[in-house]
Amino acid sequence: MPASIFSRFTALENFGHSLRAPSYLLAPKSEEDIAEALDLARRMNLRIALRGAGRSYNDAALNGGGILLDMSGMNRILEWNPETGIVRAEPGVSLRQLWQHVLPDGWWPPVVSGTMFTTLGGCLGMNVHGKNNYQEGTFGEHVLSFTALLPNGERVVCTPTQESDLFHAMISGMGMLGIFVEVTLQLKRVSSGMVEVHAWNVPDLDAHLCAIDGGARQYDYIVGWLDSTARGRALGRGQIHAATYLPAEKVPNANETLQTAYQTLPSRFFGIVPKSLLQYAMRPFLNNWGVTAVNTAKYLLGRTQTYPQSHAAFHFLLDYIPDWERAYGREGLIQHQSFLPLDTASDAWKEMLSITHRRGLVSYLGVVKRHRPDSFLLTHAVDGFSLALDFKVTRGNRADLAAMLADFDEIVLDAGGRFYFAKNSETSPETARRFLGEETLEKFRALKERCDPQNLLQSDLYRRVFLG
Amino acid sequence: MTVPPSPSATPLTPRKRAILIGASSGIGAALARKLAKEGYTLALLARREELLRTLCDEINADAGEPLARYYVHDVTHFDEVPELLRKIIADLGGLDLFIYNTGISIRVSFKEFNFEKDRKMIETNLLGAMAWLNPVGEMFQNMRGGQIVGISSVAGERGRVGTPAYNASKAALTCFLESYRNRLTRRGVHVLTVKPGFVQTDMLKGAKKTFWVVSPEVAANDIWKAIRKRKQEIYTPARWRWVMLIIRNIPSVIFRRLTF
Repeated sequence: MPASIFSRFTALENFGHSLRAPSYLLAPKSEEDIAEALDLARRMNLRIALRGAGRSYNDAALNGGGILLDMSGMNRILEWNPETGIVRAEPGVSLRQLWQHVLPDGWWPPVVSGTMFTTLGGCLGMNVHGKNNYQEGTFGEHVLSFTALLPNGERVVCTPTQESDLFHAMISGMGMLGIFVEVTLQLKRVSSGMVEVHAWNVPDLDAHLCAIDGGARQYDYIVGWLDSTARGRALGRGQIHAATYLPAEKVPNANETLQTAYQTLPSRFFGIVPKSLLQYAMRPFLNNWGVTAVNTAKYLLGRTQTYPQSHAAFHFLLDYIPDWERAYGREGLIQHQSFLPLDTASDAWKEMLSITHRRGLVSYLGVVKRHRPDSFLLTHAVDGFSLALDFKVTRGNRADLAAMLADFDEIVLDAGGRFYFAKNSETSPETARRFLGEETLEKFRALKERCDPQNLLQSDLYRRVFLG
Repeated sequence: MTVPPSPSATPLTPRKRAILIGASSGIGAALARKLAKEGYTLALLARREELLRTLCDEINADAGEPLARYYVHDVTHFDEVPELLRKIIADLGGLDLFIYNTGISIRVSFKEFNFEKDRKMIETNLLGAMAWLNPVGEMFQNMRGGQIVGISSVAGERGRVGTPAYNASKAALTCFLESYRNRLTRRGVHVLTVKPGFVQTDMLKGAKKTFWVVSPEVAANDIWKAIRKRKQEIYTPARWRWVMLIIRNIPSVIFRRLTF
């Protein structure tokens, strides 16, 4: 432990660089270190929160004025069985570390987020989903068991059937019930490192949702890019990318494609431009005119096509551009993601997209996915779709954006929708109560009382939404 | 005392947080009102609880949200500082601005030699500042940001016949702040030294031979502008800079014969 805790005071940001909160940053390497940090928090009368890769768009991995445990140092893969595809690992292991470890043996994580830098602990805490949520469910559905330290001093082992309540609450529990120290996952067999991608354009929102819903029955993965600058009859138009696993017999050099070197994203663009410079090239386009021009070109140039792509390239597209989020400038970006049932999604999102145009607050990136419900306590999922909209924050637009997002939340709640705690940064306590329901909140409070009677685990997100 | 938690910061409602020591009256109270108007979340410290409570209530009623909270603290209780600082920063959710405004001037008559009085002034004006600035400096150094403001005085520029210890305490504070500036600028920390002339505060009550007296609000406005522009040193009102340039250069042979 540090001689002076003040020497650990570190300024930390959310992934969108739109929030800053300083914390005493500690980096445990073992269970003993975690227990010691919990002790320190008690002694110093400070709250403690967890941070993996810090990839949440909001304040989930921030704890202003308190202790933050940077879990990324607990990153050992403890046991890997290439016969069964079962892996046991520490919570700081990243998805990148994981897939690079298992792919050469013909396995792939059944659920991955849109970036490979997230950690297993973060994936569990936020119960992340991928472009195959309708088929494989959330990350938590592939967890065979986990071990966690609870602030009350208990060390628990949870499986879907043993300590089932805690299992289903800690996964999705935002790190507020305990600290994962070990995770066991079931991975998915793949015989090549490739997927076959099908891409096509959709002319409006109804066609967009129809294509995603239809495609979900047919493909292993499906995702829609939504051109949020298009208006009028083209409102909600976009491009669909669907993919299916390619079996070895359809890939000429199947074994080679399983190797990490084959999958690794190139470090230079066009062979010469270092990728780290790309975010600067994006900057001039990240305004209403620039995005409209780029989106229109992207849509008009979009062709119906089928092509093979590596797993890494298909799943982690945004990792191609290091620090892409920095291109949004000094004030950063925020994301509003809403989950809506099949039958209300279209009307609600048409209204929301129209509002963005009326207010001149156009989203610079829209992504549509298909989902299914799950049995985790603080679940965000519905039998329906999600729409994620990225917004640039500027010095002048904060109040307008806040008012617009408040309107969005009303529209989504009225349409029976839900929200995701790794994304939305402006969700009010009242909104959370309305979509989670009093019964769910009561269950969560009861578990919090059992696991953490002193209320030691608190992130800025938790204080904002659950104590606000 | 149950105080509602400070309002949460979100990307669309970002918050700056400030600690103000010596906030109950005078320049401190005026600065507190000014910072609240600028949207800061505030921790106000002083010894006099009644004044602090009234000020907090007034600020929070004006803002319509609990921006200000107070902590009763005597700056000469040096040992309390680390724990109190941790608590305040946890309550505020961070720290962007630290202001040390506490200062006392005890009247010493022309022929009086009184160590106890000197000691009180040094403890309050200088050692109290050091007790706070050490942990605050360490934090700001590590977070590579933050602003420190020390309210020193024009009195720190010459040793005058009437107030040896007060002059010495402010001279030392000015020098201490300069050292911090030289240490911390390279770590992204801004350090501002404020040298007020005569400001209409408790300290000035009964003082003779005052001129150019300004209200605490005028001084607070000057200080806020300097915080925003990240100035290193200001005089308030500004013309004291030129007066002090002359006074600093009065030869000792003349200064020894003056009685102010």
